[in-house]
Amino acid sequence: MPFIPNTDAERTGMLKTIGVESVEELFSDIPAHLRIKNLDMPDGVSEMEALAALDALAERNAQTTKMDWFLGAGAYNSYIPALVPALASRGEFLTAYTPYQPEVSQGTLQAIFEYQSMAAKLLGMPVVNASHYDGATALAEAVLMAWKAKEGRNRILLPADLHPEYAKVIATYLTSFDIELVRYDGDPKMVSLDERTAALVIAYPGFSGEAYPVEKAAARAHAAGALCIVLADPVMCAIFKSPGEQGADIVTAEGQSLGNPLNFGGPYLGMMGTTEALLRRMPGRIVGETKDKEGRRGFVLTLSTREQHIRREKAVSNICSNQGLSMLQTCIYLAALGKQGLRHVAKQSYDKAHYAAELIGRIPGFRVATKQFFREFLVQTPKPAADIARALAKKGIVPGLPVSRYFPDRPNGLLVCVTEMNSRQQIERLAAALKEASE
Amino acid sequence: MNTMNMRDEPLVYELSRPGRIGCTLPRSDVPEYALPEGLARTELDLPELDELTVVRHFTRLSQKNFSIDTEFYPLGSCTMKYNPKANEAAAAHPGWKNLHPLVEPEHAQGALELLWRLQEALQKIGGFAAASLQPAAGAHGEFSGVLMIHAALKDRGEPSRKKMLIPDSAHGTNPASCTMAGFVTQTIPSGPDGNIDIAALRAALDDTVAGIMITNPNTLGLFETNIEEICRLVHEAGGYVYGDGANMNALTGVFKPGSSGIDVMHFNLHKTFSTPHGGGGPGAGMIAANEALAPYLPGPVAVNRNKSYRLEIPAKSIGQVKAFYGNFGVLVRAYIYLLMTGGNGLRRVAENAVLNANYLKALVEGVYPVPYKRHCMHEFVAKGTIVPGVHTLDIAKRLIDYGFHPPTIYFPLIVQEALMIEPTETESKETLDQYADAMLKIAKEAAEQPELLHDAPHNAPVARLDEVMAARCPILCYRG
Repeated sequence: MPFIPNTDAERTGMLKTIGVESVEELFSDIPAHLRIKNLDMPDGVSEMEALAALDALAERNAQTTKMDWFLGAGAYNSYIPALVPALASRGEFLTAYTPYQPEVSQGTLQAIFEYQSMAAKLLGMPVVNASHYDGATALAEAVLMAWKAKEGRNRILLPADLHPEYAKVIATYLTSFDIELVRYDGDPKMVSLDERTAALVIAYPGFSGEAYPVEKAAARAHAAGALCIVLADPVMCAIFKSPGEQGADIVTAEGQSLGNPLNFGGPYLGMMGTTEALLRRMPGRIVGETKDKEGRRGFVLTLSTREQHIRREKAVSNICSNQGLSMLQTCIYLAALGKQGLRHVAKQSYDKAHYAAELIGRIPGFRVATKQFFREFLVQTPKPAADIARALAKKGIVPGLPVSRYFPDRPNGLLVCVTEMNSRQQIERLAAALKEASE
Repeated sequence: MNTMNMRDEPLVYELSRPGRIGCTLPRSDVPEYALPEGLARTELDLPELDELTVVRHFTRLSQKNFSIDTEFYPLGSCTMKYNPKANEAAAAHPGWKNLHPLVEPEHAQGALELLWRLQEALQKIGGFAAASLQPAAGAHGEFSGVLMIHAALKDRGEPSRKKMLIPDSAHGTNPASCTMAGFVTQTIPSGPDGNIDIAALRAALDDTVAGIMITNPNTLGLFETNIEEICRLVHEAGGYVYGDGANMNALTGVFKPGSSGIDVMHFNLHKTFSTPHGGGGPGAGMIAANEALAPYLPGPVAVNRNKSYRLEIPAKSIGQVKAFYGNFGVLVRAYIYLLMTGGNGLRRVAENAVLNANYLKALVEGVYPVPYKRHCMHEFVAKGTIVPGVHTLDIAKRLIDYGFHPPTIYFPLIVQEALMIEPTETESKETLDQYADAMLKIAKEAAEQPELLHDAPHNAPVARLDEVMAARCPILCYRG
């Protein structure tokens, strides 16, 4: 096998050095009746055959690039510059472990530090960690973090307009704790808070795309002694006020659209930032700057006394790995796009989404239900959205997410997403096809 | 000795010059729309770099890493085996990369079939009834598994069982995962043979026990010889057995954990199934269970209905542990590795992983004491107590000068000055010989020129770093 260099002659010599007759003898600690001779599975095949089998499977999937794509809902079709995968896939990044030996991991450590620096600016927070599994788990961990920080308060206010999968993940994470989740409708600044409220969660924007300002709601949360957690779209933060500058205590985000491919849902990038005051309660790896004994700048994993490998059952979370490569992709993406580029991406998405909403809003029977949005909005359709989507798929258009996928009682909702990848022509074709499908 | 980049590399912010850009978009072809009043952002402090500067910067950073592709990396319990390049080639197919998670199932049949086939293969390797690929990492799999135990106890009407037993050699994620699932942990000591102390286990088993978490082979690299008895005792006491599959690389095709009585277990696909560690992730922590706990698996999972593949939530599922279906890109890599390795290859993986570890142990144990006189599995733990005044940390840092990544150090906690060494099956005999030579030379240096060790590494981009200062006055982002 190509991945095992030992030859039979070498194995014989090594066994002799060890002082045993056979490899089987090395397994003698395993009770004999539990040992198997082999697995009832096909034998291995060559790389050529295996790649062909994988390609055949991959070919059976729909691809964003082969259709007019308006489906987002938590996973976004964004442009990834060629340099991002080219650099992130270098073996020195790809096949390194967690940087526990900092002297030989400065590449990974400095990249994390740079990611933390750029992400902190983007989200408007003083500190950002080295990432979580995805946006949903980052938000769930933020809720737990806020609950523990506000001892004696066990109510979390969660927007009704939240990605349904995020709400499910939060429910799973809270299974064993006495925490009351209260869902609220509409503008977060109108929500009533009391001394039982540990945190107000704001989706910026919500699942429907609706983006309420955070500032007044955050101030009201603080006045009630609660924390304000914001789930943000990080691309939106390039042109909309950041959650941090509006007073958020914890910000989480799904960073997939910053340089990571769709990949059928993962690996993605859970982003989390917080304030200095809450820093030592934040889960996840964090990299800090320091000096070596000759005074040269270097980077290390730091504040580890929060983490499981030091604190075990008393750790702030059980998280160990981060989404290292996804984070690296985002780090390279942010460096390449930079100040101007990211604003271009965000503004083009915004303009194209608003142009699409304008065209769709003019079609008889269609109504744009989201008032203030970035790149995604909810459309009320005159016929079941799933039927419309099916009809448009035949024309090579994926018009968005029929929200009946999550909410069977809402057949006429279509969540439309427009990014920098969509051209004017695609948008106009979408509007024409929607009109035709409703007739 | 190594080819690392020794030059200081500025931060992206320090390389920034106003007006530069590293990627441009097509010109917009739609009208401009005004941003909502009062919500427009005025300042975005990101760096400004041209494309070549970005390329050189990250290329140079990469050259400041040790990696499997460049160095031997024998980190114990991390299974730093070679990651086949075919894994990357397979995962780069646009049919995966450009596949949206919310397309209708009929537009994702290839992806769903892959998920189903991978579930089937992994449950067969482990000897389990069902599997879920949702968990994004080993710790995430542990959290899912102990939540499944929590749910099953609740269904049995015994939610008061809150005590989870954890051997003292366990990874820190085990007790931390228990806390996140509302359990209280009790540590079970290891006996003189390095296995779980059965008498101590018996004493801990009462009617508050929810279960036990077992890593087998344990982090000493030793097989839990009494695994069947442990499972039987815990089951008789009304508890469940969780298997931590971190060390499964020793056992593929040799032993099925499910056959020994383990109820639910995670596998680290980024260890045993050769997906790259990526400098810290993403991993994948697939979880499998026997018939009794299978209904509680996190979902959705892939199902096969007459070759039509769908996603379903198991009957009594603990729910979703992340959005969508797991770290799918990682799963593609694990799947092609399984195809290339096959049933016969998986047996050879375990055989050679164990052979390499025992061979390396034989080469160094005369100098570095190995506390348990048994055959090891895929890794072994030695002690850095070779010369007074020299510590394991010094030995580890000196190995860097010889061009080797240090082993895992100071873990497991129950071995003083631990050096935990896992060579994996993908390393050649000559690499193991060279590494052993370096270990033995370092032992000599420790006696004759200990300052060589104390001041190590001499040959890395930075010398030893002040970790205390980093934690005391945290600088966590660029302050320009």
